Amino acid sequence: MKLLRVKAIMKKEFIQIWRDPLSLAMAFIMPVILLFIYGYAITFDIDKIPTVVFDMDKSSLSREFVNQFHESGYFRVNSYVDNYKAIDPYLDAGRARVAVVIPEDFSKNVHKGCNVKIEVLIDGGDSNTATIAQGYAIAIAEGFSQRFRGSRVTPFIDSRSRVWYNNELKSRNFIIPGLIAIIMAVIIALLIALTIAREWDRGTMEQLISTPVKTPELIIGKLIPYFLIGFADTILTILMSTLLFNVPLRGSVILLLGLSGIFLFGGLSFGMLMSIVGKTQLAASQAALLTSFLPAFLLSGFIFSISNMPKPLQIVTYFIPARYFVTILKGIFLKGSTLKILWLEALLLTLFAVLVFIAANRKFRKRIE
Amino acid sequence: MFERIKNLVIKEFIYYFREKRTIFFLLATPLIQIILFGYVATMDVNNISTALYDLDRSSESRELVRRLESSGYFTITRMPASPEEIRDLIDKGDVLCAIQINRGFGKDIQRGTPTEVQVIVDGTDSNTALIAMSYINTIIGKYSMDMTGGVVNANIWRLDLRNRVWYNPDLKSRNYMVPGVIALIVMLTCLLLTSMSVVREREVGTMEQLMVTPIRPLELILGKTIPAAIIGYFDMALVTFFGVFWFSVPIHGAVMLLVLCTGAYLLSVLGFGLLISTISKTQQQAMTATFFFFQPVILLSGFATPIETMPEVFQYITYLSPLRYFLVIVRGIFLKGVGIDILWPQILALLALGTTILTASVFRFKKRLA
Repeated sequence: MKLLRVKAIMKKEFIQIWRDPLSLAMAFIMPVILLFIYGYAITFDIDKIPTVVFDMDKSSLSREFVNQFHESGYFRVNSYVDNYKAIDPYLDAGRARVAVVIPEDFSKNVHKGCNVKIEVLIDGGDSNTATIAQGYAIAIAEGFSQRFRGSRVTPFIDSRSRVWYNNELKSRNFIIPGLIAIIMAVIIALLIALTIAREWDRGTMEQLISTPVKTPELIIGKLIPYFLIGFADTILTILMSTLLFNVPLRGSVILLLGLSGIFLFGGLSFGMLMSIVGKTQLAASQAALLTSFLPAFLLSGFIFSISNMPKPLQIVTYFIPARYFVTILKGIFLKGSTLKILWLEALLLTLFAVLVFIAANRKFRKRIE
Repeated sequence: MFERIKNLVIKEFIYYFREKRTIFFLLATPLIQIILFGYVATMDVNNISTALYDLDRSSESRELVRRLESSGYFTITRMPASPEEIRDLIDKGDVLCAIQINRGFGKDIQRGTPTEVQVIVDGTDSNTALIAMSYINTIIGKYSMDMTGGVVNANIWRLDLRNRVWYNPDLKSRNYMVPGVIALIVMLTCLLLTSMSVVREREVGTMEQLMVTPIRPLELILGKTIPAAIIGYFDMALVTFFGVFWFSVPIHGAVMLLVLCTGAYLLSVLGFGLLISTISKTQQQAMTATFFFFQPVILLSGFATPIETMPEVFQYITYLSPLRYFLVIVRGIFLKGVGIDILWPQILALLALGTTILTASVFRFKKRLA
């Protein structure tokens, strides 16, 4: 292996990347746009749920009760109706997700000290929002009724809940660290997957074959430029997440960068392998998307938790490096985990990278068929 | 004119079916996607791995644990021996939640003195944490009520909340996800097919051959978009069939309406596909651009998170996304069984958006050909 030849291939690849400014620009704009959307627009936090109220009582007390819903911030009461039938179109058209029905004898019963039944209708289409809305409604009603009990009675069994790591329960803190893995998977799928296939497609592979360059030199020379781009993307996303979105970075930055480098190297080698196997650009890009982006998005635990998946799919996740990387990212960012806790993930990630790199070297045939 | 369009459509299908790999891609990609999304993309929270640190070991504490486990939401996977071990388990992510029952819990209940249970939740995944907490509170609250019986209740005024869930009473997120995935797959397939099929001719150099034939630009556009639309419809039928029969997602509304609305949706999807084909020179660029366009469109459509939780600026952007309207339509037809009387604003919006984009891209396309 000669450093000079690696350098030459590297330079050639850089020139080629430079000549396609559209793709290069996308490599840097894509992470920024994705971060902006995930950071600002996408939140799994549920608040301001549009709510419609049917208040049969129309007393000051019932108004106060409705106000509790509104003031909690979780519900936004945006319309009132005056009969049962009128609720349907709101829920049907999705203009409201929750309807609160207050019975006629609400304030009378409250003052008498009897039990009161409030009806809450929830649009269950989005089961996630519905479950959380249910919990909020119960909590609000519970708080309201407590205020009216003569003497404050402490609940018999008090469940003292404490939340660790993400005490404000902000979904942004949970999404953004994992997003770094997704962004890297996308960049890998879109950029490197075509690098070898392109040479075959355009016929320039023959020229490369006639040079004295050896397989590992060619592969390393082609990897380095994309590694640099990917690494720059990683630093960019880490900076944006901590400075712009205030996601806490509790662990060591060095460890984070080191492990990101290993993941990137493995991912790029894998993309290279797809490129070698796929031969045509269309097939290579499809293969890369199917094997690196979709699994990274769906099977890594980025948003959807692995313990909820059916068993066979859970087993599949063990073969997906993004799974380990997402655990590492969330651990370092939110829990401040050290290598002592993450050693297994780090080891498996390294193992994957080395194996795939060797496979790419072996699969590549430097000859014309 | 129809003769020429027909020939182009046939030519396009010959290309798709000539290579096994392309057929595989057209069939397998939607199926893999629906299987993955159907199984994986649930936000339902079940089997939360839980550590139990029971210092009391009384029949009361065992009863509480039994209730937690039989709810189906919690699975006790670890029995740590010390608070330090709890810390360790949560740090490593082995458990999401830990419950600590202190000594004297059972005695307190027998004596009727208020007592407490410690709950620690890993908040990394804020969503699961919130849901887990609300489950625990409900279960403990219920237990507490049962233990006190009617004794304490007599002089307490309670608000009784009757929850009723509409449309999806089991709160299964699969029923919500699968219709959305159908919309997604149709879009991805049609976008890629239209944009790549035009760019391919340009990259390989056969565009010139097409231009010397008597085909007019509009015919060329139709010849390229009709096959994509046919495959889009086919994919939709395939995926819907799979969703209904494999995942047993119910369709409450009219299937015919779904078919018609898909047509309106395809207008804008094909329009965007053509637009992408006019800005890219190579297939790689077409692919990257499709992806670049596709990502924000999914995220800003209400596919995964409700639109009303987004900041206002982003809410306005969502009006430009055809997926936004189509999602309301598919979910409405699948889950709520609503008809045209409710969905007409979405259908109108899709038609308006579709015609605008299609006209604009046809105009640009003609200019590039000239």
